[in-house]
Amino acid sequence: MTLALLIEQLLNGIQFGVMLFLMAAGLTLVFGVMGLINLAHGSLYMIGAFLCASVALATGSFWLGLAASLAGAAAAGAVVEIVVIRRLYDRDHLDQVLATFALILIFSEGTRWVFGSFPLYLDIPQALQGAVALPGGAQYPLYRLSIIIVGVLIAIGLYLLISRTRLGMRIRAGESDREMIGALGVDIRTLYTVVFALGAALAGFAGALVGAIQSVQVGMGEPVLILAFVVIVIGGIGSIKGALIGAILVGVVDTLGRILLPELFGLFMGPSQATSVGSALASMAIYILMAVILALKPQGLFAAGAQ
Amino acid sequence: MSRETVINWVLGLGLLAVPFIALMQGEPFYITLATRVAILALAGVGLNLALGLGGMVSFGHAAFFGIGGYAAGILATHAFNQEPLLAWPLTVSGSSDMLVIWLVAIAICALVALVIGAITLRTSGVYFIMITLAFAQMIYYFAISWPAYGGEDGLSIYVRNGFPGLNTLDPIQFFLICYAVLMACLFISARLRDSRFGAALQVARQNPDRLAATGIAPFNIRLVAFVISAAMTGLAGALFADLNRFVSPSMLSWHVSGEIMIFVILGGVGRLFGPLAGAALFIVMEFYLGGITEHWQLFLGIILLCVVLFVRGGILGIMAGRRVHA
Amino acid sequence: MKKLIAASLVGLGLTVSATALAEPVKVGMITTLSGGGSGLGVDVRDGFLLAAKMAGNKDLEVIVEDDARKPDLAVQIADKMIQKEKVDVLTGIIWSNLAMAVVPSAVGQGVFYLSPNAGPSMLAGKGCHENYFNVAWQNDNLHEAMGGHANSAGFKKTFILAPNYPAGKDALTGFKRFYEGDVADELYTKLGQTDYAAEIAQIRASGADSVFFFLPGGMGIAFMKQYAQSGVDIPVMGPAFSFDQGILGAVGDAALGVKNSSQWSKDIDNPANKAFVEAFKAEYDRLPSLYASQGFDTANLILSAMKKADVKDADAFRAALKDAEFDSVRGDFKFDSNQHPIQDIYVREVVKEGDVLTNKIIGIGLEDRSSAYVEDCKL
Repeated sequence: MTLALLIEQLLNGIQFGVMLFLMAAGLTLVFGVMGLINLAHGSLYMIGAFLCASVALATGSFWLGLAASLAGAAAAGAVVEIVVIRRLYDRDHLDQVLATFALILIFSEGTRWVFGSFPLYLDIPQALQGAVALPGGAQYPLYRLSIIIVGVLIAIGLYLLISRTRLGMRIRAGESDREMIGALGVDIRTLYTVVFALGAALAGFAGALVGAIQSVQVGMGEPVLILAFVVIVIGGIGSIKGALIGAILVGVVDTLGRILLPELFGLFMGPSQATSVGSALASMAIYILMAVILALKPQGLFAAGAQ
Repeated sequence: MSRETVINWVLGLGLLAVPFIALMQGEPFYITLATRVAILALAGVGLNLALGLGGMVSFGHAAFFGIGGYAAGILATHAFNQEPLLAWPLTVSGSSDMLVIWLVAIAICALVALVIGAITLRTSGVYFIMITLAFAQMIYYFAISWPAYGGEDGLSIYVRNGFPGLNTLDPIQFFLICYAVLMACLFISARLRDSRFGAALQVARQNPDRLAATGIAPFNIRLVAFVISAAMTGLAGALFADLNRFVSPSMLSWHVSGEIMIFVILGGVGRLFGPLAGAALFIVMEFYLGGITEHWQLFLGIILLCVVLFVRGGILGIMAGRRVHA
Repeated sequence: MKKLIAASLVGLGLTVSATALAEPVKVGMITTLSGGGSGLGVDVRDGFLLAAKMAGNKDLEVIVEDDARKPDLAVQIADKMIQKEKVDVLTGIIWSNLAMAVVPSAVGQGVFYLSPNAGPSMLAGKGCHENYFNVAWQNDNLHEAMGGHANSAGFKKTFILAPNYPAGKDALTGFKRFYEGDVADELYTKLGQTDYAAEIAQIRASGADSVFFFLPGGMGIAFMKQYAQSGVDIPVMGPAFSFDQGILGAVGDAALGVKNSSQWSKDIDNPANKAFVEAFKAEYDRLPSLYASQGFDTANLILSAMKKADVKDADAFRAALKDAEFDSVRGDFKFDSNQHPIQDIYVREVVKEGDVLTNKIIGIGLEDRSSAYVEDCKL
């Protein structure tokens, strides 16, 4: 394998990681502040993608679709928080898992009822078509490069939001002592709704971005959801920094594993057997990574005072 | 007799009565449905031990359910094709005897649970939920891509495995086998709960430090409970494979973990007969809603959501009132 | 969902009296109507019901239920249909793994099973059964045809990829069975994978002159979009699954010009097909897909057998099915000894008709193709 190809694959891994980060950030934020496991996070991702695709189809503009997905997912998140999630904060994790599992069923089937059984069409905007030349001669799709940049900008934005703004201060306070900030007169109900809607907006945004290069279909959120859980568990639940590093780690391990493991096994067994064994192992790689990390650090890499 | 005991009797005898009524009405299909309830309830009874008694929220019990299923499928296939399972260093042949299959399923699940438990029980809370999920996913992907036993296509069991002295192809007799196993496991669960071990396990859930102070390591108690729990769920998996005469990686998927958890929660966490009530309700809902509308999953979701939000303590919680013991 | 179709209510009722063999035939359709991949099940169902409606035979009764793509649920529904509803014929299953779960025990209980989509190699070879008929194809067929096409297109070095599961391995084996050139590289991806950047980079670096892929459902949509965006211009080909009517809209222009193999296309020139395409458009307001055509043929096969034999006489009905005397929308159709079709498999190209992406036939990949496993079947 040439160096240029290796760099390209590394970029692919990072880009995959950045997409996972957008999902994981909302998940970890919601968990950190409200102590809630939200399995339905993947449904918000799906809603974002469907909204973007249908608005883009109706108006012809991807950018309007993207805006709609942000706004729509945030609104859906706020509604879900007020109607359902609010009642789950003082329950144990078991009830949260079950209730949000039920939400997945509702969202998936509801979406299928509204949009039908066939996947929707969503293409990347004209301005981001094409590829750019990388140093070393390889070509890299402009859209994917943009995803990396947007993801990094959002990571910085979230960092600033949490460390520099009043909202962020409250979020941090909420993470460390839930009762206290209520006692200090912060409207905790609104704060929770805002945080949940923010997480939902990030998920919807990720769904729209990813929908343009993947398939916009019912159930698209579930595989990503499980990966996002792996990410936040590796990174340490509640930590945005952990989510970013965990996401990149998972993205890179998964991508390089897919490419390198079959070649590795090819060194000492037949090609078709090597592909078979290598790919099987590659599909398990991130789970093995997670098990190893948790066996060494049961709270993840950057535990943020999670219980 | 407390109210819960009465309800338990009603549930137990009610399930037993269903196939015979079905037979009299000439509707043999309901025997299959009752068998399915018994088997899935058994899977729930296994999980309930870890979840209800030990407070270990395992989101990966599908792993054991599937491993049990594959134990049945693989042994039966080798017996059917008359190929030895292992030729070296000693000859191990397949088997189509349920008793052998159950033993193997239990042993393998216990072993796997010992390894998984030893790693996962170092964590707690959400981490535990997620790492059990991760292990189940690992096994799921392995099963999909491992070609020897059918991979994603699964493995058919051409002739249902036998049980000495019984004809397992007869739906009623197969039901009775499953029912007997369920009752046996419920009995074991009840005895465990009331034993010193059960008491220690409950203390390990409520106050691990206090348990440690008495010289019992909470970790070991939990690990043993996790292993027993996995073995029961694995046994259910073996029976489920025999019921469907088929096993596939879908038995290992995270949806199955979620469903087993639903049985337990629907019925009432920590209640002895909770999983039976939960599995029965779930199967009946799936069966009838599926017959009414193709959007049945939407309504199933809404019903589940309402149960979690408004019916605390599950079905047995409403019917038997608040639990007497903590 | 339960739909009892008394076809005479909607049909013309003219031909009914001609079929004097009175016993009604009860068909149970188990198919995927909810969750991922439900588009395929919807199409099979719609095609089947359309044929029933057009025939107007009130002796054909159809019950449809959703398996949600879960093998154990499919088995449960099959048991219910056989034991409770007492169906004579089962059909509808889309996926090989569900078929493997349901078919052996269903045919063992004495009902007929007609597969409108899945064709696992087991059921075509060692595991074939006198009551099992496949009206679509053996799983390898479309891939084999693409191997044939790669030869005639003069490709010498093809990069092949498929998901890492049995159907994926069968696909690549099927392709290689007829392909005479070199394989640049052979890649197995994770089932359900949605990001193919890494694989596309490998394709670019491999120096291949063509790419063959089998990635059903959302995987194929994702791959095609990402492939088009990557700027790699090595020609792509694959079986019809990723380029069929239900999915083309979601792939978009990225699919234009791609060659794909199929035993059916809407421009096959025969009266049965023309009538089918028109009726389907009129009834459902969309273009029919490959799956709809398979559902349509399955229903017509049952109807043709009903004309010749009473379903309660299993041997006669089986023989009538085996004769396959119906006008298949794909043209010539007959069963081989393993009761899988012998048929032409076409090569199609994705084109645009006005604003709509669709396929047009450009040649034949394999003529009168049966299946590789027919020798293993002892029927």
